[in-house]
Amino acid sequence: MSTITEPETNDSGSPLDTEVPEKARKHALGDRIFSGLSFTAGITIMVALAGVFVFLFIEGYPGLSVDERFYRPKTDFWSYVGPLVFGTTYAAIIALVLAVPFAIGIALFISHYAPRRLAGPLGYVIDLLAAIPSVVFGLWGGRALADQMKPFLIWLEDTLGFLPFFGGPASVTGRTLLTAGVVLAIMILPIITAISREIFLQTPRLHEEAALALGATRWEMIRMAVFPYARSGMVSATMLGLGRALGETMAVAMVLSASPIVTLNIISSENPATIASNIASNYKEASPDRQAVLIATGLILFAFTFAVNFLARYVAGRSERRMAR
Amino acid sequence: MSTTTVTTDAGTLRAGTLPSWAPLAVAGLSVALGALAWILGLSVVLAVLLAIVVFVVALPGWSLAEKNRRAATDRLVTALIWTAFSVAVVPLVWLIALVVKEGFATLSPEFLTYSMRGVVGDEQGGLYHAAIGTLLVTVMAALISVPIGIFTAIYLVEYGKKNRLAKVITFLVDVMTGIPSIVAGLFALALFVLLIDPAIRWGFGGAVALSLLMVPTVVRSSEEMLRLVPDDLREASYALGVPKWRTIAKVVLPTALGGIVTGVVLAISRVIGETAPLLVVAGFTDSVNTNLFEDRMMTLPVYIFTQYANATEKGYAYAWGGALVLIIIVMVLNLAARLIGKIFAPKTGR
Repeated sequence: MSTITEPETNDSGSPLDTEVPEKARKHALGDRIFSGLSFTAGITIMVALAGVFVFLFIEGYPGLSVDERFYRPKTDFWSYVGPLVFGTTYAAIIALVLAVPFAIGIALFISHYAPRRLAGPLGYVIDLLAAIPSVVFGLWGGRALADQMKPFLIWLEDTLGFLPFFGGPASVTGRTLLTAGVVLAIMILPIITAISREIFLQTPRLHEEAALALGATRWEMIRMAVFPYARSGMVSATMLGLGRALGETMAVAMVLSASPIVTLNIISSENPATIASNIASNYKEASPDRQAVLIATGLILFAFTFAVNFLARYVAGRSERRMAR
Repeated sequence: MSTTTVTTDAGTLRAGTLPSWAPLAVAGLSVALGALAWILGLSVVLAVLLAIVVFVVALPGWSLAEKNRRAATDRLVTALIWTAFSVAVVPLVWLIALVVKEGFATLSPEFLTYSMRGVVGDEQGGLYHAAIGTLLVTVMAALISVPIGIFTAIYLVEYGKKNRLAKVITFLVDVMTGIPSIVAGLFALALFVLLIDPAIRWGFGGAVALSLLMVPTVVRSSEEMLRLVPDDLREASYALGVPKWRTIAKVVLPTALGGIVTGVVLAISRVIGETAPLLVVAGFTDSVNTNLFEDRMMTLPVYIFTQYANATEKGYAYAWGGALVLIIIVMVLNLAARLIGKIFAPKTGR
């Protein structure tokens, strides 16, 4: 040991003395800069997220108590935002009710039903839906889908008119909450599908084969082996879709001509507005006070979606921990 | 004795199973019925619904008649699942076909090179100003979010190593993915209204809002790619006495480069179609503005929205033209991302 270290210090003592610390210092500096940069970037993200909340709060807080006329057609903030929260939730629920069965079906199709070789490309087709900008969806919903929905709305009114949802009178333009819900459903379909598909594919193969070997049909195998395994994943996928639907702006703003009202009727021309669409259609006349009101509603939307996403991640994380055990 | 029971068992096992062409035949039949109804004047939506109902009832019904309830249930679910997929493809095809058809009617050299400045009556206007705005705002957003995203990913993978802060950041990035785009726009608006001017509307604000939406995607994809880099490479580099930062810069990053670039391009294609934040903070205008830091700036999605909101025939035509251009850009970016991913992908050493 000492025989090896001895010559090092003795023979090449002087060059090492000058060189190594020099290099080491440079390395240390480079390392400090690099770790500093990446640490700063990470902190920036935390600051940005905190900033979203802080700045919305600072700018939105005055909006809680401005002059009555800025809350037209209502008179104070909470009665103004209440119907909007209702509209947001209602539209998102319609979208979920339409999208979730389809999304689960498509995810099963890609993971278990489609011919093996086609599964990849077909999954890509669904992912393409996610690539289409929301404003194009809005354009299509307002100009093409609304038109084609008209006879369907009339049919709904005639046959299911006794339900409060389809009370009518059916809108003559086809621009109803149901149409907006269909567009929203198409937009959240890819995210729910993608997550469910991943979970379905992770089902232990032995469980599936055991079920089939016991004589189960394919559907019975899925009910007994795949669904129990994937339940929490499906729940969190649904909630992520809900978060997306709550915050979606353009599709709703372009399909509906909405007002802050509360109604269960989804096929008439009187439609409840959502928070996001209300902001998008009112920002133009934004005097500072009006702007503060809109930002305050935005803050409520943020808190709402934050809670939903938080819950979704929590559910997903819990199931992950359970599976790890 | 035993042999006979075996043969009869084998006989009953397949007895009553529908022939393999059955689903296809029933599907063809129901599509034909739907098409017939459509030709006879039913609307597209109702015709599609009719075809679906026929398919979903006929196939299990047939199976029930031939075999038993369990088989019929299985057929029913299979039919439903195939239907779910085909129905989901309908809006995609419909939308793309419509955008291509209506968009090409509007597309012309003038449309691509004129702005809307001073366009009145029947004069031809275009989306040049919006294209310029989209380009500038998106490039700026990428300049802000790509370094932050990649360095955060480096922190998470190379420095953080699952410590408390890294866990918190990972969680926050997940939460950020769910921020509604309009809230990002309002944030940028609130920020600059507070810091600079109450009536401010500028392109840079749009870039800030978009980067808030872009950062989480960049972080997630880069993180995934950096984790794929085998530890052997890092250790080999350390063993040669290379300091950590040079290892990251010269070994880790180049290895993961293809994947990171793919992630960045996909993130760009995601935010390039965002409308709500730009509407709120970048505003809209009819003329070309090449300065991100002054005045309102038009962008493609906002252009589509404002033309649509005009509710005139001309406005709708412009909106479809803009939609076609936007979709082409997004699809080209998506294809480019896939191509880059293919070319640079498997560099794991095997």
